[in-house]
Amino acid sequence: MSFNPKHILGIKNLTADEINFILDTAESFKEINTRQIKKVPTLRGKTIINLFYEASTRTRTSFEIAGKRLSADTVNISASGSSVVKGETLEDTAKNIQAMHPDIIVMRHNASGACQYLADRLDCSVVNAGDGMHEHPSQALLDAFTIRQHKGSINGLTVAIIGDITHSRVVRSNIYCLNKLGAKVRLAGPGTMLPTGIEKLGCEVFNNLEDAIRDADVVMMLRIQRERQGTPLIPSVREYARFFGLNGNKMELAKKDAIVMHPGPINRGVELGTAIADGPQNVILNQVENGVAVRMALLYLVAGGEKLNSD
Amino acid sequence: MAVEIIEILDSDGVDRAITRIAHEILEKNAGVDDLLLIGIRTGGAYLATQLQQKITNIEGKDVSTGIIDVTMYRDDLESRNNLEVGHSCIHVPVTDKKVILVDDVLFTGRTIRAALEAVIALGRPQNIQLAILVDRGHRELPIRPDYIGRNIPTAQNEQIKVDFDDQNVPQAVHLLRT
Repeated sequence: MSFNPKHILGIKNLTADEINFILDTAESFKEINTRQIKKVPTLRGKTIINLFYEASTRTRTSFEIAGKRLSADTVNISASGSSVVKGETLEDTAKNIQAMHPDIIVMRHNASGACQYLADRLDCSVVNAGDGMHEHPSQALLDAFTIRQHKGSINGLTVAIIGDITHSRVVRSNIYCLNKLGAKVRLAGPGTMLPTGIEKLGCEVFNNLEDAIRDADVVMMLRIQRERQGTPLIPSVREYARFFGLNGNKMELAKKDAIVMHPGPINRGVELGTAIADGPQNVILNQVENGVAVRMALLYLVAGGEKLNSD
Repeated sequence: MAVEIIEILDSDGVDRAITRIAHEILEKNAGVDDLLLIGIRTGGAYLATQLQQKITNIEGKDVSTGIIDVTMYRDDLESRNNLEVGHSCIHVPVTDKKVILVDDVLFTGRTIRAALEAVIALGRPQNIQLAILVDRGHRELPIRPDYIGRNIPTAQNEQIKVDFDDQNVPQAVHLLRT
């Protein structure tokens, strides 16, 4: 099939075929990461700017490594060390960056829709590395890639996602992605962290962890995003850990061969007990490993091919 | 516009050409020691498997065979509409091997250029040789095959098509003229 996206802004507008095409492409790039010389010349001469308005270790490093292994020149800009702190608007910053002729801007921003805003105004490609509470497409794709790797196929699986659903862009992208690939999605979290109407995206909502993970094939735990909460949504971290943290006993409710995932960074002892965080069922480091291959695929696909229109 | 199809080689003809190439490879390399066949996806990969069988039959020894996808090494990323990247699988190190690159049709030489880069990225072979079923001319780079099944001078508007059956065994070579 032919899939030449100009931008990758979210999973919502991708078809199942397009998602599978991205995952298959990532499969081919994965091999490079295990070579002795981890570099191919595919994106030679391309400039990629990683524009990060929010803290990030995994995603930014992963995108940077992905770009470098494809021989692109990557430049990192983080808000704290840039003219953003001097009061420049997003649009002005972006236009200034564009004047230096990058080919791809990878952006993380605290405002939902910021990547779309940029894509509408710039000539270069934009890849969303997480925008506010909206989407985090590369995360959902690497999650799907990891599930596929461990389970063979995603179709027919039950995936339970536990935690702060309201503030999680990972959840939104994952609901879109998993539904399109034929999985059943269950959500659970404290009432204050479950937005009303979320079931309309295509998922079952539970108010306790046990019901959600019963017979699940995949358990995906989320971090409580304290930086995104105005007023506290839970009485205490200890209480949250007791009711919505995953430990060995609770994990027995899931299928015997279930895997545990987490987008990171994990809060040890809060959403994941140490027995799980270091246990054999968790595939968290696999997710990180696969993230590089998936991001290589995304950069390759937005950089390549003739773009027929500018939107 | 009508397409004229001319058969260049039938299945026996293809088989004979591959058999001859197998003998030539063995003669030039004095056996199968350190030999590594690498087929360029997809037609070349099928032919590499055929060559591997021939060589095994002749010499009674197995010869290592791998597949390489050169998409990542191409120089026309922007003008291509098909961005599919296939898997490469070469299970033995290429360093110090005598690598035989195998492809079905040799045309501009740009695929081979990419394949050379792809192989060298994996290590430092003793040498790299090139086996081709059909050489149709029109080279744009200084690349020359070591083993040729058939030389077919073509015009730019002609195409060479190698047909494979569902077992990936080559059945015929056709020239398409529009």
